[in-house]
Amino acid sequence: MDAIRIEGLTKKYKDVVAVDNLSLTVKSGELFSLLGVNGAGKTTTIKMLSCLTVPTSGDAFLQGKSIKADTAAVKSLIAVSPQETAVAPGLSVRENLALMCGVHGFSKEKREKKTTELSEMLGLNEVLNKKAGKLSGGWQRRLSIAMALISEPKILFLDEPTLGLDVLARSDLWDIIRALKGNVTIILTTHYMEEAEALSDRIAIMKDGRLLICDTADKIKETAGTDNFEQAFVRIVKGVAK
Amino acid sequence: MRMLTFAGRNTKEILRDPLNLAFGLGFPLVLIFLLSAIQANIPVKLFEIQHLAPGITVFGLSFMTLFSATIIAKDRGSSLLQRLYTTPLTPPDFILGYTLPIIPIAVAQCAVCYIAAIILGLEITAGILYAILFIIPVSVFYIALGLLCGSVFTDKQVGGICGALLTNLSAWLSGVWFDLDLVGGAFQKIAYALPFVHAVEMERAILAGNFTGIFPHLWWVLGYAAAALVLAVLLFLRQMKKQ
Repeated sequence: MDAIRIEGLTKKYKDVVAVDNLSLTVKSGELFSLLGVNGAGKTTTIKMLSCLTVPTSGDAFLQGKSIKADTAAVKSLIAVSPQETAVAPGLSVRENLALMCGVHGFSKEKREKKTTELSEMLGLNEVLNKKAGKLSGGWQRRLSIAMALISEPKILFLDEPTLGLDVLARSDLWDIIRALKGNVTIILTTHYMEEAEALSDRIAIMKDGRLLICDTADKIKETAGTDNFEQAFVRIVKGVAK
Repeated sequence: MRMLTFAGRNTKEILRDPLNLAFGLGFPLVLIFLLSAIQANIPVKLFEIQHLAPGITVFGLSFMTLFSATIIAKDRGSSLLQRLYTTPLTPPDFILGYTLPIIPIAVAQCAVCYIAAIILGLEITAGILYAILFIIPVSVFYIALGLLCGSVFTDKQVGGICGALLTNLSAWLSGVWFDLDLVGGAFQKIAYALPFVHAVEMERAILAGNFTGIFPHLWWVLGYAAAALVLAVLLFLRQMKKQ
């Protein structure tokens, strides 16, 4: 079953076409990466799919619900972990999780259950009472993902989740993302080629708002005529693939 | 329920910032005590406690603008708002969630100023309670101004605009620090076309038990509060759409 079906999605800002007639599908439970250089249209695509930005034309259907006509239903299916950590800095980790439970209207019992469950899942127990603003980048990213998972989303958007993290923190976060695979459909944007290659079931490469290729990492390398994924990315973006 | 959760979060963020407490509560108190000390040595009618206290309570509200603008601008900058826009929270939830928690803080600030004024010799009358009650529409104006600035400016810009510019404007054009009649001319006309001096004169009249004296000042305050709130809501919704 398709979790996401995108049909001719376009976003224009005055003279700039940020996303140009994008069409693709993402299967349920798949980890799908969007790659591209700066300004490729990855974040705009995520913003449209998460109902933060209205498309200029085209539409997308998340589990059959239109992002244009049925935004409330789409919002109940998704969660977003934005590029910035997007946590409440003056609240503790526990309070941040409680905040997300509260805005989703959970009962007190469910709030406590979800906080315990996600703290264990993301290894947040040791920092549960610390203020989010005092945490390191790695811990803040974990918290950000935990906050996104509170609503038990069917589709999770991770916008550059490991940006600025050290090698160990990134490796920890990869383990967390791998653990989520299969249970949740994940759309990941990243600038790290090895991250996309290691984690993704399929990868879409975008440039200037257009989709250049959408396939598995192995097929993309094969198309580009190289064994190195980063090289394959460069060749495809520069238009010198076989 | 959802809105209250969000409002509760905003209250905690504001009250847990020691700078907020220092400026929001400490600064007006310092001013009351300092100006009263000056008054004790060089008597000036303007700084008599029954004139000074209502002025300081209105001036202190400019920090409410800073609080509301800063929290919104920071939430925009950190993408927390972007995250929350993908939840079931509605636009009214956001606007009420940012506005309501600051009203009790404004009322508490006003009450603390009057307690200080009583210590300094202000006569205890029912007028104090009414003055605290009527600070609410004034605080709505200042909070809406913060909502407006926070929707447009970054948290760094907000510090300059609300922290420096607005507090100065609010001070100069309110008639708290000097009698506007002494300046006269265009300055006085501009001051009386803005709500700051009307808010101060309304509060002074209430404290003095002169309830007919609250007009037309109350209409100015309510008019500006309503206009600022409408504009703030429009600008907040615009930035929400721009996401």
